[in-house]
Amino acid sequence: MDITIPILILAIPLFMFLLLGLGGVKMSHKLAGTLGSLGMGTVLVLSYYTAFTYYFSGNPEFIDGTTRLQYVVFNQTWLQFTPNLAIKLGFLLDPISALMLIVIPTISFMVHIYSLGYMEGEKGFQRYYAFLSLFSFSMLGLVVATNIFQMYIFWELVGASSFLLIGFFYTLPSAISACKKAFIVTRFADLGFLIGILILSFYTQQLDFLPMTQNPQGVLASFGGATFMGASVLTWALVLIFTGGMGKSAMLPLHIWLPDAMEGPTPVSALIHAATMVVAGVYLVARLFPLYMLEDAALMFITVVGAATAFYAAMVACAQIDIKRILAFSTISQIAFMMVSLGVAAKDNVAIHEGLGYMASMFHLFTHAMFKALLFLGAGALIHAVHSNNYTAMGGLRKYMPITHITFLIGCLAIAGIPPFAGFFSKDEILAACFHNNWFWGAWMMMVAAMTAFYMFRMYFLVFWWNNPDYAKEHHGHLPHDPGIAMSFPLIFLAIVSTVCGFIPFGKFVTFDGHEYIIHLDWAVAGSSIGIALISIFFAMWLYAKENDKPRRMADSCRWLWTAAHRRFYWDEIYLFITRRIIFDGICKPIAWFDRHVIDGTMDGFAYVTNKASVAIKGFQSGKVQMYIWWYLIGAVVLGLIVAVCVL
Amino acid sequence: MFSNILIYFVVIPLVMMLGLALCRNIKQIRAVAVTGSVALTALSVWLLVDYLALRAAGATEPMLWVDSWQWFAPLNINLAVGVDGISIAMLILTGIILITGSFASWEIPQPKEFFLWLILLSTGVYGFFISIDLFTMFMFYEVALIPMYLLIGVWGSGNKNYSAMKLTLMLMGGSAFLMLGLIGIYYHSAADGNLTWNILEIAQNDAISHGWQKFLFPMTFVGFGVLGAMFPFHTWSPDGHASAPTAVSMLHAGVLMKLGGYGCFRVAIFLMPHAANELAWIFLILTGISVVYGAFSACVQNDLKYINAYSSVSHCGLVLFAILMLNTTAMTGAIMQMLSHGLMTALFFALIGMIYGRTHTRDIREMGGMMQILPYLSVCYVIAGMASLGLPGLSGFVAEMTIFVGSFEHTDLFHRVFVIVACSSIVTTAVYILRVVGKLLYGPVYDEHHLTLTDAKWWERVATAGLIVCVAGIGLFPNFFADLIKFTFSPEIFTVIGLN
Repeated sequence: MDITIPILILAIPLFMFLLLGLGGVKMSHKLAGTLGSLGMGTVLVLSYYTAFTYYFSGNPEFIDGTTRLQYVVFNQTWLQFTPNLAIKLGFLLDPISALMLIVIPTISFMVHIYSLGYMEGEKGFQRYYAFLSLFSFSMLGLVVATNIFQMYIFWELVGASSFLLIGFFYTLPSAISACKKAFIVTRFADLGFLIGILILSFYTQQLDFLPMTQNPQGVLASFGGATFMGASVLTWALVLIFTGGMGKSAMLPLHIWLPDAMEGPTPVSALIHAATMVVAGVYLVARLFPLYMLEDAALMFITVVGAATAFYAAMVACAQIDIKRILAFSTISQIAFMMVSLGVAAKDNVAIHEGLGYMASMFHLFTHAMFKALLFLGAGALIHAVHSNNYTAMGGLRKYMPITHITFLIGCLAIAGIPPFAGFFSKDEILAACFHNNWFWGAWMMMVAAMTAFYMFRMYFLVFWWNNPDYAKEHHGHLPHDPGIAMSFPLIFLAIVSTVCGFIPFGKFVTFDGHEYIIHLDWAVAGSSIGIALISIFFAMWLYAKENDKPRRMADSCRWLWTAAHRRFYWDEIYLFITRRIIFDGICKPIAWFDRHVIDGTMDGFAYVTNKASVAIKGFQSGKVQMYIWWYLIGAVVLGLIVAVCVL
Repeated sequence: MFSNILIYFVVIPLVMMLGLALCRNIKQIRAVAVTGSVALTALSVWLLVDYLALRAAGATEPMLWVDSWQWFAPLNINLAVGVDGISIAMLILTGIILITGSFASWEIPQPKEFFLWLILLSTGVYGFFISIDLFTMFMFYEVALIPMYLLIGVWGSGNKNYSAMKLTLMLMGGSAFLMLGLIGIYYHSAADGNLTWNILEIAQNDAISHGWQKFLFPMTFVGFGVLGAMFPFHTWSPDGHASAPTAVSMLHAGVLMKLGGYGCFRVAIFLMPHAANELAWIFLILTGISVVYGAFSACVQNDLKYINAYSSVSHCGLVLFAILMLNTTAMTGAIMQMLSHGLMTALFFALIGMIYGRTHTRDIREMGGMMQILPYLSVCYVIAGMASLGLPGLSGFVAEMTIFVGSFEHTDLFHRVFVIVACSSIVTTAVYILRVVGKLLYGPVYDEHHLTLTDAKWWERVATAGLIVCVAGIGLFPNFFADLIKFTFSPEIFTVIGLN
């Protein structure tokens, strides 16, 4: 394959970043926005072309009979560490990277267009587009990585762009602490990732993905059964690498940064904190899946973390007031679905049911990106209309914002898993994969799916129904209205995609071993999941369709639980305690004190003693001749005595 | 003598000093300072090009342009010069920092005296990097240290007399160890009685007995380590930097602290490989502490210069830490870290000086919202911070990763634990960098008086942009620098790597 297009896919956003970043100050808002969007539009065309060439051209480089191949377009050494280990920058085309080449530019382009309306007139508009381009560049570089260090490089870059975008409104204290928190928490996770890479590369003497993933037995052999603290070293390496994924994908207990990241502009939340960057962890596990398959313990760890996170986030989402926070926790929960799906995809070194879980995870990644971006952009439209993030300021908006209402409803139906919307198909595959592994995971995730439907429709009804439509009028003085074309076009587009993309025969394109997988709905699972989702929706409707005090009474009946869920089960307080009281007050301050008073005190002490000693003896240098004679006599007598004693 | 290109690295500064002495106004002084430092940098770049050409043509000697002129025959003291890839990298670094430092001190009071001392200091630095004779090396080392006392004492700020005295005395204390070590090396430099100060000859003779190595290695390592801010001999650094004027901080943290790391591997490890191999663990503990300790201390400081000085303790600790790993990859990383830290810390100190020159405070609690008032300087500060916390694409990342990958080649638990501890500094670094970004640059404007401040002048832009380009250059094309450095660490040249 020609390397021009892949290079352009990466080069255009980078160029746009430099152009808008360095020259943006001199540009008008309109020019900067147009340039940024045009750049992203070009990337969209090029990456669609690349992905479609990969999937459909039938080129023997890409497909062998019915098996899809992994194809390295280019792979260039960037930094040679040792003769074996080198960071290479390259472009890998395989089923999942081609999938991401569709997802990222689509969402990114929609967000570029949406932002033209949403960010209109904001100070720093050019900077915003520059950062969006930087993010798109980094994210694309991450997914096409051929080398685990390349992934790490772009992993850090997406983290930095996320930091810059969360802190876009840099005068707001809440935005500042949110962006710091996001960066530091993910950095902490990346420490695990880095150590994992170091261990893996040390044993395998390999940093490229393909030699590792195409020969997992070789990797296993290179570890030679080494163990550390009761687990194999390979498991440690894989779990540590997964830690990096836990940070980026906001898995328990490293999830705390994501809800706060909602301080960034809403389109940014849609792009980075819902559709693309936060699934990087899932992508990482999928990328290294043949290695994870080797160690059941690592897969089990992923499953447990994922299942716990999914449940926890769903609980918290039921008790939030801020609609962006609800969506944030819903994102955490949905990403956890993907993680669980990967975790249950294999057991005893064998992919279960032809690797259904792997396929389902990627499928859900795809559909979730579409409908979650839709929901966030819809939330942006709502916030734009009522100037508040809280549903308490909304209610009854269906009358005034029909486009937002319909598209938002489609998003909610999709995430709740109601056919024919996209989420139904992917979530059903995940549940089926869970049941194929173990009935417990299946039942557990089914329960979380029910909670998903409930909290999404709780939000939907509270925002669009609940109050009398007149409430909005009285409350805001002016009538809330649908946004302009720049914002409604992405909503409509994504709503259409969320409606139809479930019918894509996904198993044809993305499977764990490249062989085609025929999706057939397991009606026992599908039927029960639809049933449960419908029950949840009706329950939400019963509670929230019209203003009443049932929700309050219900919350009162177990107030402690509601409060705990509302306060996110106190994770933030725990972290605050650890960072402030233990690390800051208990480590940093004592060390700084120790440095100034003990270490530096010792050094000053030397100087002090020298000084005192010289003061004490300087009297001998008095210049008085009588004194010198006196000392001379004493010295002579003492010496004479010593000589005498020695001689005698 | 003047046919050897290297000698001009000492001659040009001397000519510059002469020129400065004749200058009559500030414009002439600036012209001399900038022209001279550009000439020095151009010379070192030319040296680099020539060096690569010679290596490509198959030159395999450990050092090129080797020459020696007798100075004091009874003690075999020579002015011996020679360079390899590492020295050239250091020469370029010095040149860049000298140029940017000259721009950063565009409006310094008493410019003539200031630049005279600054150039004298850089003469010492240049002489140190080109010397391969231990005695002249030591002499240039001292030449680089003494002007520091006056530069801080006269042009400094805050508690400058105390700081200047402390810095000088502590570094002199290090020199005492060093002197002892160097004389010891001299008297054991040859088995046949032809004593020599020449590094290459000493290494070739390999005559220092293991027992003596065990004494001389700690002496020289500590002697140089003091300048490299090794725990617990680092306390001169926060006070010294805090009081020093901008260009001096830049040159001191950017270049002078590199003398420590450079000396450690050029003398301590290169000449005493067996002791280095056996005793590395002691210093690994100390430098490992430096890395973590400096980073944690930086988290609670409020003075910008203190934050950066402690950050330097942490980053320079990583340099010595990596050198002690005694393998090619980690040591290559150490040199890259020296380059990287030199550039980014100079950038930091330049920016801090520029901010301090405007606000007259360095306390981050008394400032805020600088991004709105001084956008150019603030963006530069963010970039410097990102380089410091190891963002890919900037220089810190490549250096740190090379160090970590190289250090991880040791299989025993002791090394592993210390590598992981050192790795953890990437998180702590992020904490103190973002703390400053959040308090100083972001947020609402703290002091209304700051609203009238003006953003960077053109010479300040030249200084900061120049450094940023270099930081990004290393970050984007690391393989070039890695290759340049690696040759020096081949097992044939560096015995200690063969031992490991």
